[in-house]
Amino acid sequence: MIKSARLLCVCCVCGLLSGLTPAQTRAQDTAVASGVRIGLTYDRHGKPGIAITPVSGPNADSVRAILIRDFDFSDRITVIAPDSGEPPTGALNYPLYAKLLATTVVQAVVTPAGALHVAVHDVAQKRVALVLDIALPTPAYSGDWRAVVHAAADSIEWIVTGQKGIAGTRVMYARNSGRSTQLWTVDSDGANARPVAGTENAMSPDWHPSGKKIVYDLLPDDGRHRIVVRDLTGATPTWSTGAASLNFSPVFTPDGSKVVFAAGNDATDLYEASPGSADPPRRLTSRKGSSNSSPTFSPDGRRIAFTSGLLGHPEVYITDADGSSSELLTASGFGDRLFRSNPAWSPDNRLVAFQSRINDVFQVMTISVRDNSTRQWTSDGANEDPSWAPDGRHLVFVSTRTGTKELWVLDLDTSRARQLTHGGRVQNPAWSPRLELSRQP
Amino acid sequence: MNTLRRSVSLIALVAVAACSKKQPPAPAPAPAPAPAPRVNQDSIDRANAARAAAAAEAERQRLAAATAAEASRLDAARAAARAKLGMVIYFDYDKDEIREDQRATLDAKVPILNANPDVKMRIAGHTDDRGSDEYNLALGQRRAAAARRYMAARGVADGRFEVVSFGEQRPASPGESEDAWAKNRRAEFEITGGGTALKVP
Repeated sequence: MIKSARLLCVCCVCGLLSGLTPAQTRAQDTAVASGVRIGLTYDRHGKPGIAITPVSGPNADSVRAILIRDFDFSDRITVIAPDSGEPPTGALNYPLYAKLLATTVVQAVVTPAGALHVAVHDVAQKRVALVLDIALPTPAYSGDWRAVVHAAADSIEWIVTGQKGIAGTRVMYARNSGRSTQLWTVDSDGANARPVAGTENAMSPDWHPSGKKIVYDLLPDDGRHRIVVRDLTGATPTWSTGAASLNFSPVFTPDGSKVVFAAGNDATDLYEASPGSADPPRRLTSRKGSSNSSPTFSPDGRRIAFTSGLLGHPEVYITDADGSSSELLTASGFGDRLFRSNPAWSPDNRLVAFQSRINDVFQVMTISVRDNSTRQWTSDGANEDPSWAPDGRHLVFVSTRTGTKELWVLDLDTSRARQLTHGGRVQNPAWSPRLELSRQP
Repeated sequence: MNTLRRSVSLIALVAVAACSKKQPPAPAPAPAPAPAPRVNQDSIDRANAARAAAAAEAERQRLAAATAAEASRLDAARAAARAKLGMVIYFDYDKDEIREDQRATLDAKVPILNANPDVKMRIAGHTDDRGSDEYNLALGQRRAAAARRYMAARGVADGRFEVVSFGEQRPASPGESEDAWAKNRRAEFEITGGGTALKVP
C-alpha cells in the first residue's frame, strides 16, 4: 500500500477561481476543456495539494500509484494520499479535504469495461470540475496502457496548476556495452525502459518536435559515422548522410525541417541538411583548425549554442542559425581546467545548461541567456550531458554519483534530484517533446 | 699350420740342396691364395642400393629443410611486416600531436608501404573517457588525421589512408586508472586492401 505522502506545503493559496465552466465537463479523450481551472491563480512556486482517494477496479491500485508518482515527480504538486479506507461512495467530505490542504480531489475508477474514469473535484467549490473517460489499452502495464494513465495525470496537472505536465514524456538515451551502443527509451517516471528497434550501433539521439522521428549518429564497426533519420514506427531509416569522415552530434531544428550536425575529416564544423532534399549539407561554421560540435537551438530556431575548441580548449559559443556572428557564451572566470561543453538551450529561452569541469570532474551548470549569470547544480560524482524536459524546469543528465553511469532528473525550482535509470552504462540522454497518445515507440 | 709345416719342409729341402751344391736361393714362395669368402652378390646389390637411397633421402631432406627454412623466413618476415603495419601509436592526454617516442613506430611502416603500393589502410583515432562523448569523437578524428599527415610528410600518399574516429566508445582497456587511460589514447592501423601477399622491403 502506498504510504501517505504528507508533504504539506505552506504556500497554498485558495484564491479566485478563474474560468470555471459550470458543473461537470466530460472529456472523451485527454484533451482538457479549456477554461477549466481549479482553485488558484497561477503561482509558479506554489505546490497545490491534490488528494487521491483509494481506487476501485482492475489494476486500479497501479493506476493510483502511477498518478501519485506523476504528481510527485512534477515537483509542482503536494500529494495527499490517504492509504486507508475504501473508495468513497456518494458525496465527498470536502471540508475534511480542505483541512488536509487539498485544493483538488482525484477519484479514479477502472470500469469493468476497461476504461479509466476519473472525477476531479474542486474542494473549494465542493463539486466535480472535470471528468475524464479514457479507454485503457490492453494489456495492463504495457507502454500504451501507462501512456494513458500519464496523459490523465498531465490533464489533471494542467487544470490544477495551469502548467502542462511531463508525465507523458520519455527520455531516449544510448547504452554502451564497450563494443557497441544501442538506443533505449524510458518513461519519465523511470518505468518501461526498453531498446528502440533498429538502432543498433546508434548514439547521440535527438527527437523530432513531433515526437514521431529521431535523428542519431550511427557508428558501425568500420568507424564510418552516418547521420540517420528514422521514424520510430518505421522498419528502416528514411534518410542518412555521411559525406565527411566523421559525422556526429545531430539535432533537428525546432520546426523539424532540417538537421544540424557536426562533420569533418580532421577539425569539424557545423553543417545543416534538409532530409529529403538532394542538396548537399551546407556548412554553418568555419573555424579553421578547431573542432565544433554539439549544436543546440534556441526555441525560436534563430540561434545555435555549440561547443568549440577555437580557444584551444572547449567552450560554449552562440551563433546565428546561418552561422554568422558567433560569440563566446561561457567566459573564463569560473571553474578550472577550462572545459565547457554539451550545451542545451531551455525550451523557455531562459537558460543554457552545459557541463563544466570543476576540480577535475564535470558538473552540470546553467548560464542565463539574459544576463550571463551562472549556477552550478551538481556536486556529487561526475555529472554530464544535460537535456531539458519540455517544461523548462527539469533536466536529465548522466551522473556517476551511485558508482555507475545512470540518468538522473533534477528539478531546478526545488533542487530535487531522482534516479531515472538503473543498470549503468548510459550516455547521451534526450528528453522527448510531449508525446501524442498513439502507438508508442 | 699346414702352410708352416710345408714352409719348414721346403726350407729344409732348400737348405739340404744348398749344402750339396751351391745354387742361387730360390725365390720366397708365394703364399697360397686365401680361400674365397662365401659372398652373395644380391646382398651386395641391396646394400649398395640402401646406401644410395639413404643418401638421396638425406639430400631430399636437406633440400626440403632449406626450402622450408627459407619459406618460414619469408613468412616470418611477412608476418613481421604485417605486424609493423598494424602497430598502435599512443598519445598524451588531450593532445593530438604525434609523440616523439611514437615516431619510430610510424617510421617503420613507411618502407613497407613503399614496397607495397597497393596497400590501403584505415587509421582509427581513440581517446580515454575523460572528456565528453562529442569532444572525444572530435579528438579521436584529429589524432587519426595527425598520423595520416605524418605519413604523408614521409612520402606515403594520404589517399592511401582512411581516417575515422571512435572517440571514447571502444576502449582498449576498461577502468579508470592512468594505466587504462594511457592505453586508450591511441590510433589503430588496419589494412583494408591490397595486403594479401606483402612484399618485404
